[in-house]
Amino acid sequence: MGRYVAIRIGRAALTIVLVVTFAFVVLRLSGDPALMILGPEAPPEVIAAFRKAWGLDDPIWLQYLDYFRAIAQGELGRSMRDGRPAIQLVLERIPATLALTLPAFFFKVALGVPAGIYAALHRGSGIDRAVMMTAVAGFTVPSFVLALLLVLVFAVQLGWLPSGGQDSWRHAILPIVTLSLGGAAVLARFTRSAMLEVLGQPYIRTASAKGVPWRKVVTSHALPNAAIPTVTILGFMVGTLIAGAVVVESVFAWPGVGRLLVVAVANRDLAVVQCILLLVAMTMVTSNLIVDFLYGFLDPRLRAKGAHA
Amino acid sequence: MSPLVSIQGLSVAFNGVPVLRGVDIALGKGEALGLVGESGSGKSVTWLAALGLLPRHARVSGSVRLDGRELLGAPATELDRVRGGRVAMIFQDPASALNPVLTIRKQLCEALALHRDLQGEAVKAEAKRLLDLVGIPDAARRLSAYPHEFSGGQVQRIMIAMALAGNPDVLIADEPTTALDATIQAQILELLSTIRREMSMAMVLISHDLGVVAENCDRVAVMYAGRIVEQAPSNQLFADPVHPYAQGLIGALPPLDGPRRRLTAIPGTVPDPAHMPGGCAFAPRCALAEEACGLGAPSLAPIANDRTVACIRAEASRRALLGIAAE
Repeated sequence: MGRYVAIRIGRAALTIVLVVTFAFVVLRLSGDPALMILGPEAPPEVIAAFRKAWGLDDPIWLQYLDYFRAIAQGELGRSMRDGRPAIQLVLERIPATLALTLPAFFFKVALGVPAGIYAALHRGSGIDRAVMMTAVAGFTVPSFVLALLLVLVFAVQLGWLPSGGQDSWRHAILPIVTLSLGGAAVLARFTRSAMLEVLGQPYIRTASAKGVPWRKVVTSHALPNAAIPTVTILGFMVGTLIAGAVVVESVFAWPGVGRLLVVAVANRDLAVVQCILLLVAMTMVTSNLIVDFLYGFLDPRLRAKGAHA
Repeated sequence: MSPLVSIQGLSVAFNGVPVLRGVDIALGKGEALGLVGESGSGKSVTWLAALGLLPRHARVSGSVRLDGRELLGAPATELDRVRGGRVAMIFQDPASALNPVLTIRKQLCEALALHRDLQGEAVKAEAKRLLDLVGIPDAARRLSAYPHEFSGGQVQRIMIAMALAGNPDVLIADEPTTALDATIQAQILELLSTIRREMSMAMVLISHDLGVVAENCDRVAVMYAGRIVEQAPSNQLFADPVHPYAQGLIGALPPLDGPRRRLTAIPGTVPDPAHMPGGCAFAPRCALAEEACGLGAPSLAPIANDRTVACIRAEASRRALLGIAAE
């Protein structure tokens, strides 16, 4: 078991390094931060001074080494725009993002999982078809279209809710609804197919054949098995809690991490972008790790494999 | 004496395609009945339908009585008491027949809690006794293991233990040894007949293996294309099959004693359930078929004491067989 855990953690660390490296190289090749931040009309000597100050004159491999040296000392760089530590800028925005993504995560699960289970148990019924049609619509419509649609109906036409900003809890409703609907649709479809797969298994028939009432067949025989694939997608959703709302935050002018990312990329504010990506990679990888360990908990077959590995 | 289980005119259709077309079976107390036929002939469907275990879209009609009580259309709570409590069932593929995420103890105790008036420690003790009974070594420790930690033969033993948990009157064994190695097959069949004798339980052994049925059953019913075509005591059926299909099945078996002879195969294939021939379903493959065979499906009729056959050419077929035997 110790070896299993060590391998998983090693792999997770490697993933983070790869993501950060990729971001580092692409950002540096895709535009000059000095020109972006100072503007094309800035005098050449100012631009040169800026480059020197931020180490942009150094060869890229040296910049890369410096970057990792800094990370090792807990230094994630400073924003090129206002000189504040990048990590501080990002951390300031996290509560705002979580204020959207946490409730949205709750609604996704509360809506998507029961809908999927219900649809699977009543396969082919009118409700099943309705749930599946809604689900397909829910994840084919891009979130910005859904967001604009909701704004059009609830802000412009009905005037019930504000269309953007962060002044009160009412401002959070439309962004949360937008995020919840798409995620719930994905979850419903996933849960439904996981349930259908499990319900077709011989051990479900065995349980019925020994006289277990149907309700209990579903709760104590089918659900624990269907939970295994569903946990995968849930883990992925936990991974997007920090930066999963980029589009929605932009549409609703919500000052979260997602909006900070968009602005920072546009300005080539390298340290800030890298800091956000590092954070995103870390949450993704951590949630994947948790999922891996949950598998072991949910599925005794994997537990045995892990123990032998 | 009225039979323990009486199935009459049982028909099943999936999406309008009939797969079972009027099956009559009577099973006496403590009797061992073999049900043979090719796959798709309706052997398993008969008992899944009788116990209400078919998927919702299956259309079931006819009558299934247990001690005179109708099971078809019975309320779910009554069926749940019958299933596992009075009629238990074990299945072909032991590897997937047990829930992979629950321990053996949990699955055994669940059956015990449903059908036996046992509490707390007594449940665990009984679970251990059942595992001992079916020959799982080190039962007390193995109770906390998961299904994947057992071999196929052991899982089938556990399935049998679970089926015995409710002290059933009937055990339906649906191809219980098909997925197992030959040596394990013999052990499982031996276990089944021992248990049946000791518990004076009736058993239905569903199999496509005539040898298995001949050794373990008092009486055999041969199924073809959703119907029973011949029913007879085992020894009589194997010595003197009357229906041309039953003759074909037995003719395809190599004899264990006597001179070597060429094995005969039944020509053609089983008809597609969606396109059944009118009249006798076996007529297109039957050497004795005449025009009348295509007109109406023959019903099971008695030809001797305790023997029935569904064939209008039964007499001719019998003579033909004896003629061949005399040659």
